[in-house]
Amino acid sequence: MTKMVNLLFAGVTSLGLAFTAYAGDYITLASTTSTENSGLFDAVVPKFEDATGIEVRVVAVGTGQAFEIARRGDADSLLVHDTTGEQRFVENGHASERADVMYNDFVLIGPADDPANIRGTQSAAEAFAAIANATAPFTSRGDDSGTHRAELRLWEKAGVEPDRDWYRELGSGMGPTLNTAAAMNAYVLSDRATWVAFGNRQNLTLLFEGDDVLFNQYGSLLLSEEKHPHLKHDLARRWHDWLVSGEGQQAITHFRVDGQQLFFPNAK
Amino acid sequence: MENNNAFYVALSLLLDFDASLVQIVALSLQVSILAVLIAAVLGFPLGAAVALWRFPGRGGVIVLLNALMGLPPVVAGLMVYLLLSRAGPLGDWGLLFTPGAMVIAQVVLVLPILAALSRQKVEELLGEYREQFVSLGMSRPRMMPTLLWDARFALLTILLAGFGRASAEVGAVMMVGGNIDGVTRVMTTAIVLETGKGNLPLALGLGIVLLMLVMLINAGVYLVGELTRRRTG
Amino acid sequence: MSSFNRPLLASSALIPAPTLCFEEVSFSQEDKLLLGPCSFTLQGTGPTLVMGPNGAGKSLLLRLAHGLLAPTQGEVTWSSDLRPRQAMVFQQPVLLRRSAVANLTHALAVNNVPRRTRVKLACDALERFGLSACTNTPARVLSGGEQQRLALARAWVLSPQVLFLDEPTSALDPAAIKAVEAAVREFHQRGTRIVMTTHDLHQARRLAGDVLFLSGGKVREHTPAAAFFNGPVSREAQAYIAGELVE
Repeated sequence: MTKMVNLLFAGVTSLGLAFTAYAGDYITLASTTSTENSGLFDAVVPKFEDATGIEVRVVAVGTGQAFEIARRGDADSLLVHDTTGEQRFVENGHASERADVMYNDFVLIGPADDPANIRGTQSAAEAFAAIANATAPFTSRGDDSGTHRAELRLWEKAGVEPDRDWYRELGSGMGPTLNTAAAMNAYVLSDRATWVAFGNRQNLTLLFEGDDVLFNQYGSLLLSEEKHPHLKHDLARRWHDWLVSGEGQQAITHFRVDGQQLFFPNAK
Repeated sequence: MENNNAFYVALSLLLDFDASLVQIVALSLQVSILAVLIAAVLGFPLGAAVALWRFPGRGGVIVLLNALMGLPPVVAGLMVYLLLSRAGPLGDWGLLFTPGAMVIAQVVLVLPILAALSRQKVEELLGEYREQFVSLGMSRPRMMPTLLWDARFALLTILLAGFGRASAEVGAVMMVGGNIDGVTRVMTTAIVLETGKGNLPLALGLGIVLLMLVMLINAGVYLVGELTRRRTG
Repeated sequence: MSSFNRPLLASSALIPAPTLCFEEVSFSQEDKLLLGPCSFTLQGTGPTLVMGPNGAGKSLLLRLAHGLLAPTQGEVTWSSDLRPRQAMVFQQPVLLRRSAVANLTHALAVNNVPRRTRVKLACDALERFGLSACTNTPARVLSGGEQQRLALARAWVLSPQVLFLDEPTSALDPAAIKAVEAAVREFHQRGTRIVMTTHDLHQARRLAGDVLFLSGGKVREHTPAAAFFNGPVSREAQAYIAGELVE
């Protein structure tokens, strides 16, 4: 009996130790699923950690939720892709500083037989209109993410009010949305990074790319010291500055999946 | 075809003894076991107390405990998130996106199960023992440890049910842990992530590893229970 | 609870057993009168055998006397200032899901007997009741007779001044009955007041010092055993002894 109690005690103590083992310097970074799912952070973050000794803990959520996490003071830094939203975030005093970091682009994915025939279209707006005309199934993120916001702007540009008969709002991350699109043989707007790294394409293929409006800018934000004095602003600034430095930008350039560069640094 | 693939992946994951997998499995076990232990320390006496004492509103407490057994994990996660968020009442603890937050969320999920089921079991036992207890002159607080010990085999099974819920849920730990690589990534959130990447065989492989783990623990507890039962009746 | 603060007396036979007094005690449930009103005093050496047909209220009377139930009306009192140490053995022994010896040490622990003396006292009692071989056997896998002896041993370690037994042998075979009766005599010799129900006339003849006869929830007769068996006064007791069906 005493033996059992001792054992239990030892077990619980070791559990406690495990939780305090990560005691070094670290920041919490709220970012998007596209950066996480593509594997960018696995390639870039270790280089920063080697250079500075600061650990970066990435919480990957939709852009909308990332903003909310930052607004509540639960993350030290923010890396998202919704320039309009980011600028508003700064204007409202939640963030003190914003910088362009990199871009990639959105691509239109769909079934290989392309029932809406968007391969031949000239612009993204035209392609979206064609999907609506054909009432071909389209899966939308529907989660207030950067990709979702970009998609909504494209429907507006195409002058189409999506119809529930063929338009499916999923409320999911990029990966799950692609999984659903693959299962439904539906069209879907994806960021290129997630698409290239995605492993369950089935019958899906890339059908439309290259329009300027599909440009997808990522920005890094430093949060308000006034609103959130408890955050690790110094460490967050080092991460922010490193990202836009030559070293950080090079790390982004060097990240490849299947030999393909997925993010293009464009810090000013 | 896909299934064979997943089993192959699961097998190679285990055989390779992949370091990050080991870490994920270890964290899953640590978080869930600690959560279940804490929930047991709180939940079993709570269940026994509700079984022992008659007080106004007792029926309401029982209904509440039973209802909370079905609390959706995301709701528990959201509640703990709002509590631990910097903007929340316990924000100063700085626990959000740490294993500690995941333990708290799982305690919230598991506690009602342990309390409600142990309440039923203890009440059943009390019905059998009550006259003998009164005859021995036992006070109600004194009855509690005796009842809990005599219900130990049932409590062990209840503990396992709680562990099953804790280790299988994803909504709460995803929300309060954040699925941070190397810090708060556990089996279930890793499965969600790999599914998101479209790595379905790897996701299913992880699922198989999780299943085997839970089976192993169940088998171990079953064996210990059988041996002790044979020894002490 | 605190009864064990007083020393256990090996020679408690020298001290007269406490007197039990029922004053106009009645017990009803949902407005139905189940027992009483009844008044009697248990003094002298006993053992007192409570007899009567099924449903007469024997078990109820025992539970009221022991304090498991509170009377609806009237009072149960003892001659001593403090409530005397007492124990009860039930028809179906209620044993904990632990070893035989743990059942006894638990009862001692509940009564604040110091930890270091518990196992010794428990083992002595097991030996006295012929259960040494089952010391570490789970109580629940013992035979019916062994279980009842274990229940008696549990009462024994508590050195009760009063022992209540509710049909302790009704489910046992003759050998086990014999062992239980021997145990009851041992308690009696130690000076413990015995109050026991039975519906077995022969058993009552073997054990009784006095008989409390109940029928229909009323005490019909309370007389020394010899008087009761030779010439019961009440019509109900006459019929009962004659082997008639009595309501």
